[in-house]
Amino acid sequence: MRITAESITVVVGTATLLDNVTVTAEPGQLLGLVGPNGAGKSTLLRVLTGLRDCARGQVLYDGRPRSELGSLRMAQQLAYLAQRGSVAWPLTVQRLVALGRMPHLRGWGTHDPAGATAIEAALTDTDLVRLRERIVDTLSGGELARALLARALAVNGSALLVDEPVAALDPYHQLQVMEILRTRADSGQAVIVVLHELTLAARFCDRLLLLDGGRAVGTGAPAGVLTDENLRTTYGVTALRGERDGAAYLVPWNCVNQAAGAIQRSA
Amino acid sequence: MSTNALPVLAAANTAPMRPALLLSVLGLVLMLLFVVSLGVGRAPLELAATIAQWMRGDSTLATLILIELRLPRTLLAALVGVSLGLAGAALQGLLRNPLAEPGIIGVSACAALGAVIAFYGGLSAMAPLALPLAGIAGALLAVVLLYALAGRESSTLTLILAGVAINAFAGAATALVLNIAPNPFAVTEIVFWMMGSVADRSMNHIQIAAPLMIVGWALLGTSGRALDALTLGEDTAASLGVRLATLRLMLVLGTALAVGSGVAVTGAVGFVGLVAPHLLRPLVGYQPSRLLIASALAGGVLVLAADVAIRLVTIGPELKLGVVTALIGAPFFLVLVMRLRRETI
Repeated sequence: MRITAESITVVVGTATLLDNVTVTAEPGQLLGLVGPNGAGKSTLLRVLTGLRDCARGQVLYDGRPRSELGSLRMAQQLAYLAQRGSVAWPLTVQRLVALGRMPHLRGWGTHDPAGATAIEAALTDTDLVRLRERIVDTLSGGELARALLARALAVNGSALLVDEPVAALDPYHQLQVMEILRTRADSGQAVIVVLHELTLAARFCDRLLLLDGGRAVGTGAPAGVLTDENLRTTYGVTALRGERDGAAYLVPWNCVNQAAGAIQRSA
Repeated sequence: MSTNALPVLAAANTAPMRPALLLSVLGLVLMLLFVVSLGVGRAPLELAATIAQWMRGDSTLATLILIELRLPRTLLAALVGVSLGLAGAALQGLLRNPLAEPGIIGVSACAALGAVIAFYGGLSAMAPLALPLAGIAGALLAVVLLYALAGRESSTLTLILAGVAINAFAGAATALVLNIAPNPFAVTEIVFWMMGSVADRSMNHIQIAAPLMIVGWALLGTSGRALDALTLGEDTAASLGVRLATLRLMLVLGTALAVGSGVAVTGAVGFVGLVAPHLLRPLVGYQPSRLLIASALAGGVLVLAADVAIRLVTIGPELKLGVVTALIGAPFFLVLVMRLRRETI
């Protein structure tokens, strides 16, 4: 599914959360939304998911507005993972993941031929097969985050929108989650991910949208977006750059205004 | 029945027999208590013989007691219990809080207030349907107010404080109406409406309350799948295709209809909607959709059992139903509060 957002503007009271942002998520591509805290990444993701209306602009799904698709088709096609999700009742991991199949069930029915496979794949991809019978209350923060991601993966639609899926994870699982998103994109889904980890964003995403104060600062291939200039003006950091196996990498290294102090401490 | 009760997670259901078994057991206990309730009371009754007499069309003192006194009492206890159990489970699913209960959050008290106004204002004398409708209006007011105060975030503190305020207001207003009304029995009447009772109700009461109640059941009972999704929060539920506005409207109306029409004829019976879902939740894997019908049946069982117990205790004047449910329910409430407190610290 191709998701096109044109001139999105979101206003709350006197604050402008998003100001004339235009972005397109192509099927088969991994699009990263990056930017400092409060840049409007999560707001944009919610607008793209259809959870939030905008003051101006519109979002089209394969050229059609949400109202034309209907909420059921939307739910079947588009999976959304909220930031810092929580689970209200102590369900087992398997039941939690199975909630992702809800849009595919009709009426009172339980008929969902692709359901078992999708749930199994989601559990396997997120390394949760062993924990499937565990109550979610007993999971660690990272395990819970993976279980919630597995829930979104189980929808198995044509678009996947995830908000900071690696925030609570250890390095192994951070890489694993990025690889899952990469695989989903390679299989033809349009994948949009909100990220704070610039190293992962630069390495795994096809394209990035850099937001700052609700405005799009840069969009395109990671190398063209995460330039020294952009990092300094938006994040206020400098980056360490290098190359490994023919691919460029970057690591956020120093705060710009505190750079002198940081160097002194390390000396 | 069982397909209604376990619609959502068939793929994840590791023990598909269990829900059907649970519902069968609960249904059986409910029927058993129904029969026991018909047989128990001040006047000793040969149940089988009396039913046989009634079937033959004989009109004896025994059949009169059975049909005019015991049957309405028993039916009403079951109906109100089912309503409270179902409404408790649904409200808890909506607010994602195990302490949401029609009595604790003031829905029952507001329904009682509505009924008292209709009853002593003379409305119900003009049109019998005015009584349940006023109860529903009162309940509706309370649920809307509560949702406005505590709906968005599922903070226990806000919920309980809102409940305290609504309860206090409804209680005071009820007492005021009863005092103003030309009524020499104001104090006993206040006790009836605050404590609830299914004694001395007639089939007329059931005829006016039951249809509205059943509409409420339908609204609450069909919300299961959406409540499951709501486990993950409002945004995620919406992304799974749940229309939140519709869901809220269904549950608010359903609770008002089920609880309001019930309270209008029995007064406020407390804690049933707390105890029934709490006991059943582990048995249904904490899944809101599967809890609904199980909790409804358990509510019926609880109220029937409490009402039978009242009639078995023969010392002194008969206890009010709400006294017994509160004696059982309040300690539950305290334990739940303590557990939630421990978890949040």
